[in-house]
Amino acid sequence: MRDVAVIGVGITKWGELWEKSLRDIFVETALLALDDAGIDRIESMYVGCMSSGLFVGQEHIASLLADYLGQTPVPSARVETACASGGLALRLGYMEVASGMSDVVLVGGVEKMTDVNGYEATYALGSAADQEYEGYHGITFPGLYALIARAHMEKYGTTREQMALVAVKNHKNGAKNPLAQFPFEITVDSVLNSVMVADPLRILDCSPITDGAASVIICPVEMARKMKKPVIKVIGSGHATDMIALNQRKDMTWLEATYQAGRQAYDMADKRPEDIDLLEVHDCFTIAEICVIEALGMVEKGQGGKAVEDELTYIEGKIPVNPSGGLKAKGHPVGATGVAQVIEIVKQLSGDAGERQLKDPRIGMTQNMGGSGGSTVVHIFERE
Amino acid sequence: MPTPSRYWREIPQRYRLEAQKCKNCGVVLFPPRLICPECKSRDFEDTKLAEKGKVLTYTIIRVPPHQFVDQAPFAVGIMELDDGVKLTGQIVDCDFEDLKIGLRVKIEFRKIFEEGGSGILCYGYKFVPDM
Repeated sequence: MRDVAVIGVGITKWGELWEKSLRDIFVETALLALDDAGIDRIESMYVGCMSSGLFVGQEHIASLLADYLGQTPVPSARVETACASGGLALRLGYMEVASGMSDVVLVGGVEKMTDVNGYEATYALGSAADQEYEGYHGITFPGLYALIARAHMEKYGTTREQMALVAVKNHKNGAKNPLAQFPFEITVDSVLNSVMVADPLRILDCSPITDGAASVIICPVEMARKMKKPVIKVIGSGHATDMIALNQRKDMTWLEATYQAGRQAYDMADKRPEDIDLLEVHDCFTIAEICVIEALGMVEKGQGGKAVEDELTYIEGKIPVNPSGGLKAKGHPVGATGVAQVIEIVKQLSGDAGERQLKDPRIGMTQNMGGSGGSTVVHIFERE
Repeated sequence: MPTPSRYWREIPQRYRLEAQKCKNCGVVLFPPRLICPECKSRDFEDTKLAEKGKVLTYTIIRVPPHQFVDQAPFAVGIMELDDGVKLTGQIVDCDFEDLKIGLRVKIEFRKIFEEGGSGILCYGYKFVPDM
């Protein structure tokens, strides 16, 4: 397989973008990525999108987006694995370039979530769970992560305050990200006094409903070396599944798909958790970030809550997690999230992350998760 | 929103708690599958769920899906039945402050939700404290 690098990134301000359609927000970021890479032509494209059918009543967006990007007749595919769709789009694009089938591939992600009302959005997101045996009983996504949170608190003594600190930390980072949906700080008190959604999770434990897109351009590393910018290589890729229904899993506090995808990526990159300088992980709910850093081997099982309390996961800490602000502050347009994570890592490794720049990181990891953990995609990147 | 055929198809599980036992490794599966996720056997015998068990974890849904708006807030949990099967369902006839991990529960047949004013009345299993 050939080595692959990211040579261009494109992302715009996320939020409730009433004036823009799905095609607009995607094409804006794709054009930014093409400009950043200094190219005007691609050989193929993959776009992560969880549910354009339920959110805007539009399927077949592979054709729509290639068309409005002015790239027909290039092959284009929509990729879906719930909230991990963006991460999977990168993996498929990576495979196409690594295999030698194509040289220049666009990988994007998009979700337009505010063209439906709150109930319809909740329904669309809920379709990532087992509709017949979870959704039928009235469980919601915050509800599923609340079940995980309660079990984690019982088994490991994780506290309500530790979960709140995940949101506080991610908003502290997000306040320095001008493209974030909620670029401001919050306090532990404001989390603990916010509206209860599904006990013990409150509204400020939850990532928001967001319109947004993100795009990157990838190519063989030899081509990237000819450009006058840092070469950011994809050195590890992992993808794994778990039972779709939370109740079917042996240990509800353990994200087996994240563990498996992480293990694949570490093996491929020949790296270990201690080699990773920063991570962008899937904090769709505060408890998720706690479970994810355990499954990726950053901390021992059960120590994810303590890690944030000890400030290990802050930008200044030993294991910076979600310097972009994470899903919590940056926003969570589900199909776009996995690609935006890649962009944050590329910016950080290139020294291009502005006010939230870490001190000279070389190796970064992304972890993008679907449903209550039924799918996970992990990537590792290295600056040459 | 279940269509009649989609609803009818699940009746053996939702009304009669029909499960299957793997003839090779003995695990009880609910809902039934075509291949055992534990040992990959395709050989099963019919069985019925144990009707008692305990709460493994729970939450109280305060922002519900639209079919459940008139029921909120309500408790949902994951229960482990005495035959080892784990399943998701509502916990009812129990004050929220009495909910706890380890609480003994039993299955009762109840209405789950109504499909608006003229749609299907959807039934199934819920859990109540086993006193």
